[in-house]
Parts: sequence; C-alpha cells; structure tokens
Amino acid sequence: MSDDLYQEIILDHYKNPRGKDLDVASLGQSHQVNPTCGDEVTVDVGLNADGTLAVAYSGQGCSISQASASVMSELINGKTPDQAAPIQAAFMELMRSKGQSEPNEDLLEDGVAFIGVSKFPARIKCALISWMALADSQIKAQLTTEMR
Amino acid sequence: MLDVERVRADFPILSRTVRGVPLVYLDSGATSQKPFQVLDAERHFYENSNAAVHRGAHALAEEATDAYESARATIATFVGAETEEIVFTKNATEAINLVAYAFSNATDKARQGLEVDQRFVIGPGDSIVVSEMEHHANLIPWQELCAKTGASLRWFAVTDEGRLNIEPGVIDSTTKCVSIVHQSNLLGTINPVSEIMEMAHAVGALGMVDLCQSVPHMPVNVADLGADFAAWSGHKMLGPTGIGILWGKSDLLNSMPPFLTGGSMIEMVNIDHSTFAPAPKRFEAGVPMVAQAVGLARACEYLRDLGMENVYEHERELTAYTLAELAKLDGVRVIGPTDMAERGSAVSFVVDGIHPHDVGHLMDSKGVAVRVGHHCCWPTCRRFDVPATTRISTYLYNDQSDIDQAILGIKAAQDFFGATPRVSA
Repeated sequence: MSDDLYQEIILDHYKNPRGKDLDVASLGQSHQVNPTCGDEVTVDVGLNADGTLAVAYSGQGCSISQASASVMSELINGKTPDQAAPIQAAFMELMRSKGQSEPNEDLLEDGVAFIGVSKFPARIKCALISWMALADSQIKAQLTTEMR
Repeated sequence: MLDVERVRADFPILSRTVRGVPLVYLDSGATSQKPFQVLDAERHFYENSNAAVHRGAHALAEEATDAYESARATIATFVGAETEEIVFTKNATEAINLVAYAFSNATDKARQGLEVDQRFVIGPGDSIVVSEMEHHANLIPWQELCAKTGASLRWFAVTDEGRLNIEPGVIDSTTKCVSIVHQSNLLGTINPVSEIMEMAHAVGALGMVDLCQSVPHMPVNVADLGADFAAWSGHKMLGPTGIGILWGKSDLLNSMPPFLTGGSMIEMVNIDHSTFAPAPKRFEAGVPMVAQAVGLARACEYLRDLGMENVYEHERELTAYTLAELAKLDGVRVIGPTDMAERGSAVSFVVDGIHPHDVGHLMDSKGVAVRVGHHCCWPTCRRFDVPATTRISTYLYNDQSDIDQAILGIKAAQDFFGATPRVSA
C-alpha cells in the first residue's frame, strides 16, 4: 500500500524538486498552512514576458506536499492562465476521486501519479496545499480564468 | 506487575488487523482504547436505566440519577477528591475554558457593578502564567482571556532537555492564575506542579493543572498537587469520548459565575433574572452525558482493580525500553527527556530527512498507529525548531513486541526514503 501512495514519480519529485525557490516578480502571493501538521507553503505568481504564468513556491512539508508542489510548478510555469485552468481543475478532480478516476495524462503528466494519494483521506490535503496556494495567489494577482 | 496478555484480552479492538497486518496501537496519548467492561457498562445503562437525570419522578429517572451521581463519587474517589468537587464537562478543553471564562465573566460582571469574587477579576496590569509546553487546550483559552481583558500572558520557557525553566519573576504579584501541564503530551516531561502551585499561592494567584496525560498513567491524588483546579479527559483513561472532568475546590467553584447556562444549573428562574445552583450542578447545564459518566466510572474501577502503581511501573519499563531502542537507530532524535527521571510514556522523535507524515505512513503500513504532527503543541514544536514530530505513546495494553514493531516501521521508512532526501527546514 505504500507503493500505492509513494509512486516512483512522486519520490523523484520529492528528492529532486523542480522549480523550488524560483525568483519571480510576484504579482500575488499566498501562504497556506496545514493546521493539523504545521506544513507550510508560499506560492508567488507573476507573468513572464510572453504573458505566461511564472510560479514560485517555497516551504516545508512531507514528501506528498513537496512532490505535489514540484509537479504543480512544472505543469503551470510557462502556461497562460487559460491553459493552466483546465490543468488545475483536473488535479482538483483527481484528488476528489478516491482513486476511482481515469486521470487525464495529457493534461496532468506527472500529476497522474497522485491518483494513489486520493485514496488516503489524511493525505489529500498534503497534495492540495500548493495547488490551493496557487489558486489563491492567482486571485490576488488577478491572473485567473473563470472555470465553469 | 501487569499481566498484559490478560489485559489485552479485555480490549476487542486490539485483535483486529489494519492494512492486512495486526494492529499495534501506540497512540494512547491521543485517545485510549476501551475495554469491554466499559463498553458493557454503557450498554447496560442504556438497556436498563436510561432516562434524563435530575428531573422526572419515575423509577427510571431515579435509577439514572443514581447511576450518574454514583459515577461522580467513583471518579472522585479515584483521584482523592470530594464528590461535589467533580464537574462533568464535554472534555478537558471545555473544563479549562470553564475556568478561563469564570475570569472573563466575573470581570464583565464587575464592570457592570455586580458583586463578584475579586479573585476572578482581571485586567490590564494583571498576568496569567502558562508554559511553552502547553497543549493548545491550556494555552488558547488563556490567550483569549488576556485578549478580552487586557491582561498579559507569560510563560515558563522549555530547556533543550525538554524541562521547564522555572525562572523566578515569571510569577509575581501581578499574577492572577497559573495553569501548567502535569505531563507534557509531546515531550513526556513530568513537571513539578506542586512546587509551581506553591509559587502561585505565594503571590495570591490561583493555580490550575492539566492532568490529561497523568491521571490515565500514574497514581494521582488531587490533594497532593496543591492546585485549585485540575482538568482531564475521560477518553484517554479507557473511558468514553464526550466526557471530561473539572476538579475544583468547592469554595472556589461556588464563587464562580456559571459558564454555559440553561436548564439544570439554576436555583430559581424569573423572566428577567435567575440564580444558580451550587457546584457542581451550576456548571452542568442541559441534560448531561450520563452513559459516558457511567462508562468513565467503570474505567476508573477497572484501573483501580489493576492498580495505578502497576500501570505506572509497567509503562515506565516500556518507556525505558522505547528510549533505548530509539537510541540504537541512526538519524533518530528524541524531542524531550531521554532519561527516565520525571518522565512519562509519550515519546516524540524526528527522523533525519524524513517528514513525520511520511514516517507515520510507513509505520502505518506495518500496522503501527502513531501520532504525527504538532500534537496541538505548536509553540513547543517551534521551540525545538521542528515542524512536527512522530510520537509513540503507550498504555497498559502495550508490550515490548509493540515497540519492536514500531522500530521496524521506522527502519522501513528509512529504507524506503533512502539516504537523506532533500528536505528544506
């Protein structure tokens, strides 16, 4: 069952985090904590010259939260808000799926590895904390796209 | 000596499996498991005597009232208290809030010119004293009291060894109340509470003790603590959830304004004002938790029959074993006292390079239930510069094989995550 949760992709992102502590001219920042365990993440969002999103994150937490932030950074950096929105929606949907969904690999890439996490209620928050911070920082930066 | 094999047979849940392996329950600091004697006592009450207490003239109401009040007497005897000094609350958190609110309610009433006991009137220039190892339940009610009244909050710091630094001057003539944990739920430290209560009384302050982690695990006589108030929970001492205890000296309880108000706690009610019943009823508004009281009393009898000295000795042995086994592991650091002097059975630790959530998860995969997180002691975690810890907390039904399985779980986490993954602090 640990294999279910800790897939190779997740461990890889945990041990070799992508895009951590990037330098971004922040237009919006969000600090999120998981009050049950004290994990923290700060996400800054800005714009690249070509109008795509620049995302930076920092913080500390368990392997799931750190790997999820790394995957988020990889998926969202360099995407326009319009391109990012369906990815964000797909990740939220995946985490609500209790392991039952067929994740969209075209959209989520390494993010599909988190299907196992969605079976562990205590760990879903870990996976979502950086994505919640991203959504919040986008609202603050007014770099969000209305979904639905 | 405890016959752990026999004790375990009383706890149905301990024979189940989790994740396909036998359950090893090492999270009794969070809540204990329940023996069938306690479960049966609750069921017996509901099947035979259930009725609302202190009202109604029928036979069941009488029996229920008798069961409820007998439970109070049994619980009082268990900790050497007078029966009318025992107040039933929802949990220990509510019990501490009840006392903190006595201060703010008395202060509010004093501002209206109403007559109140001056020991509970507090304002700017006054202070409340806690410690850096308090559970949030014994911290936030006092923070809120200070925020409402303008009093200041002070605290005893914690040393690197996990002991209280009882500096002179923290408690002084401005202090109105000192509230300290008996045994830390995170560090395991047992504090010299009677010494601290004496310091409180020397300056005319009231003293409270949080007994949540001591009453279940060692013989405690409230008279020996030198405190004015004490709080603890039922569910950590083999009893049901939904019941906690406030112990308070009668003269103080009877001079405190009520906390929750409504039915049962009154003496006389008019349309525009009321007077209140003496303690403990004054603090038990509404239909109380009768079945839980019955269950908790049965838990007290169960513990009494085993002997709290035996429980204490058994856990000391097990804690010494736990500390010794953890010390053998590379990359594992205990947060809290590493020797057995003035130390209880909660053992917190961190594993180099592996977040406590991940340690807990890998231990869970071996069937081992431990607590991970800040244990509702966030300031204590900050003191030791850790975001969280993993905690082994034993009870009378644990033995060395449980600790061995926990150690296997920690090793599994170390194997799984390999040599020091990158973790930023």
